[in-house]
Amino acid sequence: MTESQPQPTHQPQPPDQPPAALSQSAAGPALSIRGLVKAFGENVAVDHIDLDVPAGSFYGLVGPNGAGKTTTLSMATGLLRPDAGQIQVHGIDVWQNLLEAKRLVGVLSDGVKLFDRLSGEQLVTYAGYLSGMSRETVGERVADLLRLLDLEDAAGVLVVDYSAGMTKKIALACALVHAPRLLVLDEPFESVDPVSAANIRDILKGYVTSGGTVIVSSHSMDLVQRMCDHVAVIAAGRVLAAGTVDEVRDGQTLEDRFVELVGGRSHAEGPEWLRIS
Amino acid sequence: MVAHLVRLRLLVLWNSLRRSPWQMVAVILGALYGLGMLALAAAGLVALSAASPDLARTIVVLAGSAVVLGWVIIPLFAAGMDQTLDPAKLVTFPIPLNSLFVGLLVSGVLGIPGVLTLLGALATAGTWWQHPFAALIAVVCAFVGMLTCVVASRMVASISTGLASGRRFREISGIIAFVPLVLLGPIIVFVSSGLRDSSDALPGLAEALSWTPLGAIWSVPADVVLGNGGAAALKFVIALATLALCAWIWRASLSRSQVSPMQSASRKQVQGKLGFFGRLPATPTGAVAARALTYWLRDPRYARQFIIVPLIPVLMLFYANNMQSLGFLNATAPLVALLMSLSIFTDVAYDNTAFALHVSKGVSGVADRAGRVIALGSIALPAVLVLAVATVWISDAWSILPGLLGLTLGVLFSGLGLASVSSSLIVVPVPAPGDSPFKSPPGGGFTTGLMMFAAWGILLVLVIPELALAIIGFTTGQVLFGWIALVVGVVLGAGLLVAGIRVGGARLDRSAAELLARLTRQA
Repeated sequence: MTESQPQPTHQPQPPDQPPAALSQSAAGPALSIRGLVKAFGENVAVDHIDLDVPAGSFYGLVGPNGAGKTTTLSMATGLLRPDAGQIQVHGIDVWQNLLEAKRLVGVLSDGVKLFDRLSGEQLVTYAGYLSGMSRETVGERVADLLRLLDLEDAAGVLVVDYSAGMTKKIALACALVHAPRLLVLDEPFESVDPVSAANIRDILKGYVTSGGTVIVSSHSMDLVQRMCDHVAVIAAGRVLAAGTVDEVRDGQTLEDRFVELVGGRSHAEGPEWLRIS
Repeated sequence: MVAHLVRLRLLVLWNSLRRSPWQMVAVILGALYGLGMLALAAAGLVALSAASPDLARTIVVLAGSAVVLGWVIIPLFAAGMDQTLDPAKLVTFPIPLNSLFVGLLVSGVLGIPGVLTLLGALATAGTWWQHPFAALIAVVCAFVGMLTCVVASRMVASISTGLASGRRFREISGIIAFVPLVLLGPIIVFVSSGLRDSSDALPGLAEALSWTPLGAIWSVPADVVLGNGGAAALKFVIALATLALCAWIWRASLSRSQVSPMQSASRKQVQGKLGFFGRLPATPTGAVAARALTYWLRDPRYARQFIIVPLIPVLMLFYANNMQSLGFLNATAPLVALLMSLSIFTDVAYDNTAFALHVSKGVSGVADRAGRVIALGSIALPAVLVLAVATVWISDAWSILPGLLGLTLGVLFSGLGLASVSSSLIVVPVPAPGDSPFKSPPGGGFTTGLMMFAAWGILLVLVIPELALAIIGFTTGQVLFGWIALVVGVVLGAGLLVAGIRVGGARLDRSAAELLARLTRQA
């Protein structure tokens, strides 16, 4: 019976108080993507994407369905091997140093199942132990996260019995538990109730102010415009625009600018029979 | 509307057939088998016309009652398996209750079991062809009987889904249903030998059943032939009342289910119950082991594997009894070791895309492999040790114990090592979390079966040394070979286990992302 290979004990600060020096001194980008390509058979999902996510930014990734957002984020977090291209997280090449890169990154994947026969508390604890953290640290952080995400009452309930919004929140807790320097969240607000969404936004804002970097993908332009300071518009596997939110939206609302960039808006009024009066 | 529902039912059936040619082949074979059985049953029923009406009545009533009973019992166990026209999925459409009721009824009749039952029931008219009036009544009764089957079955299904909307109940009942399936052989032998002994009691049983909702309808034509007009009329009334009552209950529960869609209650539970996570070491390996152990107890797809621990001894005892040799019993422990160790041969496939957590947290492959092995080992090792000692004790063959232990431990360790490698290499379609553990996903049956056989074959090759030594020991009666087998089994097995964890772990470190991609494609 072999014991696991000793993991270097990695003990970053809890999310609400990471090293203060980080926000200023982080010279390079938190995430840097160069010439990223991924094809599934004939279908090219990601087509030479270049992207720089500055450290300490709150970065929104928007695009129509099937634009390649999830595929890009999966590759950036070491979950999906790219066909070509380079990805660096805080200067570390993700696919050359998988383990090192993964310690820096927290991931919330969209459309991925959870180990849902565990209770919420067990699941987050599991995620903590898998990151190689000690029992005490994990215990403290799990309690904090459950309180912050308003899941204390459901701590002992199996995740399979959670609502969609609660499931999102517990997955977010799993992503946060090892206090990563870069948070990659795929559709974090989908089916989350407004109160919890506001709480999550507060947590994320606090995390960014203290030097962490957040990337969210979302369909909600409104949310991205209000919450993020940077944004990239992706469609058909390419970056159409990227920069600060003000640069990208260019005086319009983000939604109008998005529609202008992506196109495909139809101006029909709907069929005759749908006009009720 | 009714026609729509029926067409939907047939469309779903057709589409599920079209999904793969093999499924089509399986269904055609099944249909041929069913038709063959039906032809046999019909021939038997017509042949009964030559027998005395009393005998014919006994047989028809008993068979008919068994059919009704089958229709009532099956949905209890199979709840959630065939949801072709699940009322819960139709809630959002504005379908009048009566249309829904009739639509579900007709589509129930038009299923393969419904049609087979109807044809079988109609064949009872052949039993009475010498008495045209009774034969005519038999045709009417066939329809009533078949409707009763369908309605009663739907009633039980809709009541039990109401009662059993709790996840836990469904899962447990699903596993229990497996027990009689495995024991089918012994049960048939016991029941038929019991029937042979008690054939005198059968007419009495049939007589009694003919006054109950189960058997009343099947007895009506016979009573007409026998000249018991009054009894026939009364039984017909009983049968109609049964049908009406079942229909009424079903309709009532249907109307309730359309208003209040079922949902599982979730209780408030306190924090701080970490289960195995609190007891096992707070390392990645310990955490994986705790997670796997929790799943072994909570997830029916894993928990069902435990059934083999009591079942194999029972089966072996049965065969030993049949063959008049307790030697069979001694094969129990190695067999259980084989089945249990290879039950995780595609463990990662059971994780489904939840495996992404391991990948994103960068869990080392060795920790992943070792955790899974520790979890299963901590259950399987005591189980096979107890079984080995117990079987030897029963068969009073203590001299073979060392050899048997060597073989058992060798099989268990080598199997776990093999599974550690195989589950890092192959992903076969398995039931998704939350599905019925007996549901085979599309395209699953054949490939999974093939892989399973391949794994068994490889394991047999791996354990050849201790197997050969143990067999030499058993046949020559020389205990020394048994002891050598024990040493070889433990040492070789442990070596293979460590090697398996290393190789599988290294493989996982290299290509966890590819494995995850395959899991995602399959999900």
